[in-house]
Amino acid sequence: MPSFVRRGDFWAGLALAALGTYIVSEARGWVYMGEDGPGAGFFPMWYGSAMIVLSLALVATTVLRGAPEPSRSISPWQDLGRALACWAAFVASVALMPVVGFPIAFALLTWFIVAVMARQPQRTAWAVAIGGSALFYAIFEFGLDLSLPRGMLY
Amino acid sequence: MDILSGLMQGFQVALTPANLLFCVVGVVLGTVVGVLPGLGPPATIAMLLPLTFKLDPTGAMIMLAGIYYGAKYGGSTTSILLNVPGESSSVVTCIDGYQMARKGRAGPALGMAAIASFIAGTFGVVALMLVAPALAKVSLAFSAPEYFALMVLGLTLVVLLAGESLTKALLAMLVGLWIASMGTDLFTATSRYTFGQMELLGGIDFTIVAIGIFAIGEVLANMEPTQPAEMLPVPKGLRNLMPTWDDMKRCRFAFVNGSVIGFLIGLLPGAGATIASFMSYGIEKAVSKRPEEFGHGAIEGVAAPEGANNAETGGALVPLLTLGIPGSGTTAILLAALVLWGFKPGPLFIQDSPQLFWGLVASMYIGNVLLLILNLPLVAVFAQLLKMPGYAMYPLILGVSIVGVYTVSASMFHLWLLAGFGLLGYAMRKLEFPTAPLVLGLVLGDQMEKALRQSLMMSQGDLSILLRPIPSVLLGAAALLLVVPLFKKFNAVRVQVIDRES
Repeated sequence: MPSFVRRGDFWAGLALAALGTYIVSEARGWVYMGEDGPGAGFFPMWYGSAMIVLSLALVATTVLRGAPEPSRSISPWQDLGRALACWAAFVASVALMPVVGFPIAFALLTWFIVAVMARQPQRTAWAVAIGGSALFYAIFEFGLDLSLPRGMLY
Repeated sequence: MDILSGLMQGFQVALTPANLLFCVVGVVLGTVVGVLPGLGPPATIAMLLPLTFKLDPTGAMIMLAGIYYGAKYGGSTTSILLNVPGESSSVVTCIDGYQMARKGRAGPALGMAAIASFIAGTFGVVALMLVAPALAKVSLAFSAPEYFALMVLGLTLVVLLAGESLTKALLAMLVGLWIASMGTDLFTATSRYTFGQMELLGGIDFTIVAIGIFAIGEVLANMEPTQPAEMLPVPKGLRNLMPTWDDMKRCRFAFVNGSVIGFLIGLLPGAGATIASFMSYGIEKAVSKRPEEFGHGAIEGVAAPEGANNAETGGALVPLLTLGIPGSGTTAILLAALVLWGFKPGPLFIQDSPQLFWGLVASMYIGNVLLLILNLPLVAVFAQLLKMPGYAMYPLILGVSIVGVYTVSASMFHLWLLAGFGLLGYAMRKLEFPTAPLVLGLVLGDQMEKALRQSLMMSQGDLSILLRPIPSVLLGAAALLLVVPLFKKFNAVRVQVIDRES
């Protein structure tokens, strides 16, 4: 496998080139220059084209540069895994909100961060989760009169 | 309205009990944010912005600005006691501040950081008060082509100093422009990049992007394991925090240097507080009679950068309020806040909203005094925050982010967008794409497109309208700046500046 494939910049460049292509292809369907002046497609056409050129330049320089320096390559999987696990928990919590409501979904997210990510004892994790969620509910729902996401259960 | 009567009006506004409370809350929160490494003012201001929609805009702006400049006071505490900068602008304070603390002089280092911050911060507010009305008068002559050129120059400066790779910074800015153009085009009512989603017809709310990229992205980045730093003891009692008379005499020039350099650098988009503090440190060392002491605990090495990063606030607010051009991620969020509250930062801002402008200026005088009081006797209390475990802080940030975004529109779709932008923020950090150009592109994108299209409507599509004297000078300067990295010698200087910042 070529060494540049291990570089994040290579994949980021490709993704941005695809985005640039999408921007330009959409912009081509809109008016570029009308009787009254520039149309809806004018500005996107310019920045979309610039995005394609720059992202391809990023891909090209990454390919030409060769093997990645250790510090510039994609982070070790363990580090990435922890961040992505936290993100997945956040997404799961958002998905649960329409069912169980904010207090329960947020308490579960807090429990996950304290017990699984920070490896604290279960007693601490549940105390922080339940206490934190109750505090949030009291401050925002009652104190500031802001509506929190509601679920079918709560 | 002249400056003195404006200021008097400002104090009348800032000294009302509610606004005084907002100022206290802002500077205390700012200090807390500054002390805690890993939580910065952009994330905090973005998270709290939606919660201010029900508040009086003047009070809300006083509070958000308090967080902005208060964080710069707090950042020095972490630098001195932990050798870890609480804020990027306090990184240079680590050099001599931590050495002073190791030699048992943590108290005078903390005290001097607070005093220099107060002197230079106050100087920055005085300069803001004098320069902003004058610049506003000059910029009254600006129309659409001049504004377009000014925004291009502002974005170019930010891009130039945002990251080592100019390509990545430009790409980040272009993504910001793309997000800004999502929704219904106001000129032609065409739906752009909405993916068939009704929720996207009005565009993506700025707060969702800012909270996602700054707050959620920050939490995800902090999930990676780091080496814990050991905190040096905090001196107790006000007497142990006060620098000696000799220390004060040694720092005379540092106060002036920090104040002037900080304010001037603040005026430039993209340069920011970190570069201001490095520049003032370099100047201080160059003119010092004892340059050999720098790096080993020279007190001027604390006073100059701490002064500079606080004076920078005043400078950064000048283009923000009088031209509507922010120079950093944080000021971009403040600009978005002003727009969301219905204000129009620009040449007429001081004239149209004197209560807000002068109230803000007066509150900054009060805030600096409050911060001096808070940071001298209460520094030990704030230092205790460094013992707060991350597992208590991260759910708090995530929870406030969810509530903040949900408050704007009560839409679950926006929470999904928040999760998406959080992941984007984390990916940008990992891949070393700077976030400031994206946020600035997003904030300025709409206005930039509007100014360009208005210019071309004025000229019936003729691009030569951009060759009028002011736009041609500004666009020429922007083009020149973009060419700089092609010259090895100039690029080396640019990379050196960025390396210092990062």
